[in-house]
Parts: sequence; structure tokens; C-alpha cells
Amino acid sequence: MPDVNSRPGPPDPAADAGWESAPPRMGFFTDTSVCIGCKACEVACKEWNGVPDSGFDLLGMSYDNTGALTANSWRHVAFIEQPRPAGHRTPPFAGDPTGPATSSPSSAAVGAGTAADTGTNPGLPPGRPEPAARMAAGPEFLGMPGAQPPGRGTGADGRTDFRWLMMSDVCKHCTHAACLDVCPTGSLFRTEFGTVVVQEDICNGCGYCISACPYGVIDKREDDGRAWKCTLCYDRLGAGLTPACAQACPTESIQYGPLDELRERAARRVATLHERGVPEARLYGHAPSDGVGGAGAFFLLLDEPEVYGLPPDPVVTTRDLPRMWKRAGLAALAMAAATVAAFVGGSS
Amino acid sequence: MAEAHPVGFQWVMEAKKRGAKVFHVDPRFTRTSALADSYLPIRAGTDIALLGGVVRYILDNELDFREYVLAYTNAATIVSERFADTEDLDGLFSGYHPETGSYDHASWQYAGHEGNTTIRGTGKERDSASGMEHESHGEPVPAQARRDETLQHPRCVYQILKRHFSRYTPQMVARVCGIGEDKFLELARAWTENSGRERTGALVYSVGWTQHSVGVQYIRTGAIIQTLLGNMGRPGGGILALRGHASIQGSTDIPTLFNLLPGYLPMPHHADHPTFDRWVDSIRHPGQKGFWGNSRAFAASLLKAYWGDAATPENDFCYGHLPRMTGDHGTYQQVLNMIDGHVKGYFLLGQNPAVGSAHGRAQRLGMANLDWLVVRDLFLIESATFWKNSPEIATGEIVPQECRTEVFFLPAASHVEKEGTFTQTQRLLQWREKAVDPPGDARSELWFFYHLGRVLRQKLAGSSRPRDRALLDLTWDYPTHGALAEPSAEAVLKEINGFDVATGRPLNAFAEAKDDGSTAVGCWIYSGVYADGVNQAARRRPRHEQDWVAAEWGWAWPANRRTLYNRASADPDGRPWSERKKYVWWDPDAGEWTGYDVPDFEKTKPPSYRPPEDAAGPAALAGDDPFVMQGDGKAWLYAPSGVLDGPLPTHYEPAESPMRNPLYGQQANPTRKVYEHPVNRVNPSPPEPHGEVFPYVFTVSRLTEHHTAGGMSRTVARLAELQPEMFVEVSPELAAEVGLAHLGWAHLVSGRAVIEARVLVTDRLTPLRVDGRTIHQVWLPYHFGREGLVTGDSANDLFGITLDPNVLIQESKVGTCDVRPGRRPTGPALLDLVGDYQRRAGMTPDRRVPIVTTDVLGGETAAGSTDEQTPEAAARDGDDDA
Repeated sequence: MPDVNSRPGPPDPAADAGWESAPPRMGFFTDTSVCIGCKACEVACKEWNGVPDSGFDLLGMSYDNTGALTANSWRHVAFIEQPRPAGHRTPPFAGDPTGPATSSPSSAAVGAGTAADTGTNPGLPPGRPEPAARMAAGPEFLGMPGAQPPGRGTGADGRTDFRWLMMSDVCKHCTHAACLDVCPTGSLFRTEFGTVVVQEDICNGCGYCISACPYGVIDKREDDGRAWKCTLCYDRLGAGLTPACAQACPTESIQYGPLDELRERAARRVATLHERGVPEARLYGHAPSDGVGGAGAFFLLLDEPEVYGLPPDPVVTTRDLPRMWKRAGLAALAMAAATVAAFVGGSS
Repeated sequence: MAEAHPVGFQWVMEAKKRGAKVFHVDPRFTRTSALADSYLPIRAGTDIALLGGVVRYILDNELDFREYVLAYTNAATIVSERFADTEDLDGLFSGYHPETGSYDHASWQYAGHEGNTTIRGTGKERDSASGMEHESHGEPVPAQARRDETLQHPRCVYQILKRHFSRYTPQMVARVCGIGEDKFLELARAWTENSGRERTGALVYSVGWTQHSVGVQYIRTGAIIQTLLGNMGRPGGGILALRGHASIQGSTDIPTLFNLLPGYLPMPHHADHPTFDRWVDSIRHPGQKGFWGNSRAFAASLLKAYWGDAATPENDFCYGHLPRMTGDHGTYQQVLNMIDGHVKGYFLLGQNPAVGSAHGRAQRLGMANLDWLVVRDLFLIESATFWKNSPEIATGEIVPQECRTEVFFLPAASHVEKEGTFTQTQRLLQWREKAVDPPGDARSELWFFYHLGRVLRQKLAGSSRPRDRALLDLTWDYPTHGALAEPSAEAVLKEINGFDVATGRPLNAFAEAKDDGSTAVGCWIYSGVYADGVNQAARRRPRHEQDWVAAEWGWAWPANRRTLYNRASADPDGRPWSERKKYVWWDPDAGEWTGYDVPDFEKTKPPSYRPPEDAAGPAALAGDDPFVMQGDGKAWLYAPSGVLDGPLPTHYEPAESPMRNPLYGQQANPTRKVYEHPVNRVNPSPPEPHGEVFPYVFTVSRLTEHHTAGGMSRTVARLAELQPEMFVEVSPELAAEVGLAHLGWAHLVSGRAVIEARVLVTDRLTPLRVDGRTIHQVWLPYHFGREGLVTGDSANDLFGITLDPNVLIQESKVGTCDVRPGRRPTGPALLDLVGDYQRRAGMTPDRRVPIVTTDVLGGETAAGSTDEQTPEAAARDGDDDA
């Protein structure tokens, strides 16, 4: 097992994995400020990769009926309805006879308690509003439509501001990929493009990778027991093609290319947005200094990562393994020494 | 646009990246609104009030592009003194005939030319949807009308426009549409500031805009704004109609419509067009200015393409074989005729009226009363299974064992399984190769119709009956290939393009068409798509290898012209209005028009050209008449004829509205087409009583994830899972009022049907403050039906049938309903519920929908009293009645 602590963040994970004269590291830059939520990425991904359906369930999470990245959804478009000003934009509902927003923390708990069994998996289990309430207490509520009849008890003014965020999420193809670290069969491997891919003919379904992923991306398919996730269209990359999702994206929200180039482009885009009065624009997963050594798929967000269901400070879960093994080893040695000492002492 | 046209929306995003400001007007906050700079949630059906407000803003502040308006529009033309405006007649124009519900256009004409029009208020034009013909054909307007270049004459179009829209103040816009005055002014300011010599603005609408009882006038209002601001015929301007399917533009060019033949030649009417000459003259108007002057050649060449050797000048090119219209043959009249047993058979190709058309129940009841029905589609759609799987089975209205219709389902090839062209909204034809063979018995439309025709002709061979001649004389000789004998689509395209009969040489332009039978042209406007014997639609030169107009990508009709009327991109002297917006201009040295695009003008006619007095046809167009298809070469701010419901747009309430019209006593479009039929009950609106039984406004449209009636998306797992259930979007305020819970059930009731849907409570919908009242609107997707992987009730079941008078398109984007929590009843109880609502709303079988709701026609006194009555008072009266 490689010692991740010894790596301050290698610029080239492919070379680090032993590839000789590897091509430049490839990745995704997903610019959510131009995402129109069309879900073409989800469809193109499923079509190209032969991913089965993930259930025909109305989730009630705005227009998101996919719910999360799962074994059967390798791209996931999140929709977030927020009672927040969009900065540069005129408040959409100014002057309308509105009550307070449903998507405010006060109604979040009730909002999550749906009127009917949604039968969804993933998704919030019906009748358990606590998770939503906890989210509401955070820096920003996710903004799910609620069922609470408005105008009761809050005394808030009518809602005028509103924005609808959309974001296509995907496997981050981490520089330090814990899933790859823990895979006992070598099914998960680092490609010459620096991406992380599961080989389905080798995976034995142990599931270690699932708990290892700091983003909750990789997932086990219920009916075959194996782990599945985005391959960044490894087969297409090998043939010099663009991954299916990026190819299908009509607004170039999903951009594919050499990671270095994408990072430069992203920095310019953030600067432009800041100039145009969108101070909330920020990058996520672009920095090689973060807990996973920088992501191969990074994002331009318009709010805190939590709002999109992303961990604010992801850390490669295998980071502490060597230290733990060292400590465990020391402890074992100490025990052995103590045992020996006890016997030695006893015999004296 | 992002919702229904995500691929096209990339260009809006591109424009936004370059600094364009995007405004979005929609009753519901959509994916487009999320990306727009400003969002205006107006009440459904109030677009003319909003746009009329913009017209007033332009005129009041004199923000029009004056040079353009003076030179290129009819702003200076003086109108007959007999014309009376809606301002004078409480919402009616002069010439209204209450008995026929239509207008005599004589008083709308230019001064001194009152006898010009052929439209006399008989309602015949409405029934045959022929009103718009006159706009595209240039209704006979005099080339030399009286003008006042100072625009001061009280009866010049400019002043009439000013008076007509004087009432559309920001306050009135706010009162009618339910948006804040600030918001309206933000829109008006941005639009005018981004138009003129240096800048242009574009107006984009989707077909939902046409689906109103005043739909044509919505677009007219947009056209007035774009013309006043000088945004027509110039790069970055225009009015862009986003079509609902891949080749809907193509299916109006080479139409699947009852009133048109290819290239917008009108279908002849049995009484008006008894001979070829009469028919042709009704199109070209002898002595008339403009390019329709050549229509005899187009008509003769079309008949020559149909009937080949049999068509000769001596027999009027077999004009006698052409079917004739006898009245309204529109799709809704047909459905009612089916219910009444007058129609025996029906072909459905790629259409799913059981889900996609207004009044689904009428559609299904009609189809259940045929001898035979042929459905060609990719999947077994609701229109093929209505006899065993429809809401009417549970209610007992259709009994599968007794349904008399024999349904033939024929599998169709999809767009990737056949070759041909798509014509998109920009009139661009793009050739499409076949990627894979269709599976099993699936066949292309071309195969189906070619072989159907072949077999019919075989069966009739040797017949001596005159009625069979039309079929037997057809040229039906397309080459076929492959094991399935697939006809050659290129051969069809060649025929559409047109060819010289003697040599078979393809024509290079429609100017080569002749009226002596020496040319055959399937669709004259497409002439040139096979120029030089090359399939021009198949050109795919990459954009990096050509300029930004990309003239070598596909082929656009007419003559590969990308922007129509582009002569207007240059000033009257032929110089570009500005360097920034230069597009087509006059090159005095070369003595010809030149530029980035194909000039929409005679190549060598100089800007200084003035026609002689007696000129006709194209020769009568002056060198500064850019609108070459119009009878006077001008863009019409005021339409003296052609638009059946008025020379100017006027705000009328939708046929079903909870509001009294705040502007005029006339509530709804007085010329709208209403079908009095037991199956077609219209919900009452003010001033009729009982409107409160249906207090909420509903509107329907599309989701990105589904396609129209769902036949191609509810059947496909990868799309169906993304929007898996029928739902209704409601504001939190309405949810509280009615007692709806997120993800719970609601049912919606209209005077036709009751449907159920899961509830999505969302901040994206808002109640509106309209005329002092709070109006709630709900939104539904119209994609759902009973077949496929995901199913649900059909939103279009809620609508009745009321049509726009110009084009006979149904009002299926706004209606009234009641919203109730919980699931709907089933079986006979469902009928009882609807019946109960009908009873409470006074929708008895003998009720007649009131068309005229102003007493201005009642004589002098009534007219006088109406004049004194303020609109507020009129509105109060309406409320009292309700």
C-alpha cells in the first residue's frame, strides 16, 4: 500500500501509479453557473455505458428524480430551490402577494415529512424529518420544497428572492483515491489518464471502496453485488473521444480536457463572474492542497458545497492508515514485550 | 427555451457570455428563468397587455428607430376615415358582424382604397383559415397610398398606433399581468436601449404562444415592437419561433395542413376558385406589387410535378384534379364530425391526439366512432389503445367489446432509421443519413405512402371513373432500392427542387419556374436545394472554414438566405446602418447588392430605383422597399387586411378567465372560433355568472425530460425515470389555501374532465395580484397518458375547444379549473363530479357562450354610455355579475 502521507500531492498520479510516458491528466470542469439542468449528461452516460435505470420514483426534490450518485447513476443533476437573491438579478417575485418561502429552515422539518410514502432509495425516509431539520440548521438549507402551509408562525415577509441552482455531480477521480487504496483485488486501478476506474470483471463485491469514498460516490449494484461508478468514459478516452456527458452537454457546463488547462480556464471564469457581480462563484475540488490532493473532476459552485450535497472538506479516508498501522504495530510490539517481560519476570 | 429547447439554448448562453441581457416571461419559473437576468411571472394569457405596454413606452418616449420606421414601414400611411378603433368601440373594431362573429375589412383599408379588400365578414375566411394567406401573399393594398412623412396626420398609422395603445400604461400592465411596474419598466428600458442603429434585440417564442384564442395577435404585437425598434431584417434581431418538433417548419412549408399546398399556395375553395385562372389570380392579384406576382409559374409548376405528362396548359395542368375546400376542415372540426359519425377513417402519423390535443375526451370519443383508424408510430401509443385503455373505459363511455373502430397499428421507422431532411425554425434544411435499418416491420413514411399509392393505383388500374383520374394521372415513379424497395429520398428532394421537364435538369432558383408547363416544381420556395444537381442540404462545411453566417452549412429557403428581408439591414441609400451591424449593402461600384448573406432583393436594383406608375409584380418594388413579399414593400405596423381579428392587437381575456377584461367591455376575442357541441362545454367567465366555480388558472407545457405527448419518452427508461410521474406545481400559498401537501395528491376539475396528479409545492410558482385580486396559477406537464413505462392522467383532457380565428389553433395554454386535495373519483362517480361542476357553473346543454360582451353595438346610446364608463367601472360590473 502506498504511503499517502509521503506524497505532498504528486502532479501526475498516472506516473505515480507506474505508467511510463503517460498522457496529460484528463478531467472534468463542471461550471454550474451555466448548467440548465437538462440532464442530457445523465442520459448520455447511461446510454453509452449501458447503465440500468435507477427506479421510476418521484422524489419531490425539485426536478431531481435521480436522488444521488449511485451504482445506477454515474452523473446526477442536483436541483436546489433557494429563497436567496441571485445577486445580479432582479428579484423574481418582487411585488407578488407571496407568503414566506417553504424552503426556509423553519419549514424544513415539515417539508421533509412528505404526505405519502415516496418509496425511494436513496432519499429521505418518509416520516423522519430530523435529517432535514439538521440540514436546515447548517450554513444553508438545501432548499427542498416543503409541505408546511406557509405564513404560519414565522411572521416572515413575503418571499421575493429566489434562485434555482443546478449542478451535475460526478465521481471526483481524486488524486489520492481511497477507493483504489482499499481495493483488495486490484479491480480499481489508476488509468494512464490519471482517472480511477473499476474493472467489473475483477470486482468481487467486497464493498470496502464504498465506505472509503469521502464523497459517497462509489456504490454497490443491488442485483449483482459489484461496485460501479463513473469511468470518465475510459473506453472513449482511449479512442480520443470526449466522455459522453461532456459531449452531450449543450451549454458546455461540463468541460473535458487536460486538467491543467481546465484549472486555468476555471480560474478565469471565476474572475469573470466576480467582475460581473457574482461574488458567490467559487471553485470546489480544484486545489491540489485539499484533503484528496485535488480532484480530477472539479466544480464551479454558486454556494457552499453543502448546499449541493458535497462535503465541505473531504479527506482521503486512508490518510491515517499508515499512522494507524504504525501505532497498531507499536502496540503489538509493546504487548509482545510486556508478555515476554511478564514471563521473564515470572520465572525470576 | 432551456426547458423545451436545451440544445438551442446554448446560443442564448453564448450571447449571455458576451454580455447580452436575457429576459424571461412565463407564468412558471422554469430552467430558462433560472438562467435569465430578469424573470417576469405574468398571468397566463396577458401577453398582449405586456407587449402593448412596451409599444406604448416606445411611442410615448419616441424611442422608435425613426429613419427605419419612416422608410420601411407603413407608419406614415393614412387609413380610411371610416376606421374605428377598439378605443372608440369598447374593444371592437369597425366592421364587426355579430351574426357571423367576423369583421368586414373595408373600413380598415388605407384612405381612398376602401374597396380593396375581399374580406367581407362572412366568416368564410375563418373557417378555411385563409386569413393569413393574405398576409403572406400581400393582400391587395395599393402601391401608392397616401402618406404623411411628418407622422402628424391624425389618421396616419403612427398616430392610430399611439391612440390604440395609449391605455397600456405601466399601471395597466401591472393591473392586467400581475407584475410590478418596476419590472415592466426594466424590460421596456432594456429592450429599447438594446435596439437601434448600433444594437439589435431578438424576440424568441415557443409554440405555446400560438396556442391562444388571440395567438396570432400575440406575435403581431411582437412584430410591431421589433419593427418600431428596427430589429427586422438585421443581424441579431428578428422574431424567432421555436417549433415543437424537429421538422415542424418543414411540415408547414410542404404542409400537412388542410388549407395550404406546398410553398404556401392556398388550397382552392370550391366556390371562390372554380378555375385555374381564378385561383392563381387570387394569389398574385394582377397589378399587385411584390414577388407573389410570379405565382402563376409556381402554381403551374406544382401541378406539373403532381400530374406530369397529363398536366398541360390546355387542361389547366389538371387543376380539376385538385381537391377543394368547402369550409372548416380543421382537426377539431374533424373530431367533432367523428363524434357525430360523419368521418369514416383516420390516419395518425407520429401524432397522439388522445394525449397531445386539447379536449382528450373528445379526441378519444371521436376515434372510437370510426370505421377504421391507422396509427403509425414508434410505440403503441394511447391513440392506438384508447379503445381498451382510456379514462372512458372506467366511466363506461367506451366499451371495448362494442367499440366499432378497427385500429391498424403500423410500426414506424425513427429519424435515425431513414434518410431525408429536417427543416428547422430558421428555414434551414439539413440532410439526415440513415444510421441503421429499422427493426422488424418498421418502415419510413416515404415507404408507406409510396407503396400505399402504388397499390391503390394498381387496384384502380383500368378504371374509367373520372374520380379515379386524379390518382391514376399522378407521377408515381420514384426509384426504389434495397430488399424493402425503399423509395429514394433524394429523388423526392429533386422533385421538390424542381426540374426542366424536357431535359430533367434541376432548377437553380425559383425564378426559373415557368407557367407554360416546361418546368415541374414540388415546392417553389425550396427551389435551389438541388441546384447544380447537388444535394445542397447535405453540405456540412465546418464553421471554422467559413464566415459566421455559415452559408455552406445545409441550405435555407428561399435561395439559401439566412435572414429574410435583409435589405432592411442597410439604410434607404443602401449603406449599412452601422459598421457593427452591417450585413447586406449596396456596392455602387459593382452596381449590385452584396454582403455576408444572400441579399433578399433583386441583385442589381439600385436603392434609388423608383418604379413607373403602371408597374406590377417585383418591378413595382422601389429600391428602398425591403419587405418584398408585402403588397406595398413595407413592414406593416397596422394590417389593413389579412388578420381576421383586427388590424392591431388588442388585449382580450382568454376564453376561460377568472377576470373581467380590465381594458374593454369586450371580454374575449369576438372572432374566436367556438364550437357549440354537447361535448364541448366552455367554463363560464365574467361577465357570465358562476365563473367562481373554476377559480384557478392552469397552464400546461413541457418538461425537458419528455417529448410532447410522451410517445417517444415515456416509453424509454432513460428518459422516463427522470420525470416518472404526472404532477402539478402549486405555490405554497395555494397549497395552504386548498390544503395540498407536497407529494400528496390533488385533482383538478374543469367543465370537461377531472384529472389527478401528485403535488409539487414549490417556490417557483407565485400567486399574482391582478386588478386588486389574488389569482393563483397552477402548472402541469402535458406529457402523461396511460401507456408506456410511466403513466398518469393527461393534462390536455382539462381543455375545451376554442380556436384562434386566423389559423384555427386551439387555446390550450390557459384555462380555468378547480383544484381539490386527494385523488379523483373513478368510474361513474367521475362523471357525476364533472356533472356537478357543470350544474353549479350553469353549463347547461342549451347555454350559448356569449361572444360579444359589450353593448356598444346596441346603438348610439349604448355606445355613448360605454364611452363614459371607465374600465374600472366595467371591471366592477363584471365582478358584480360574477
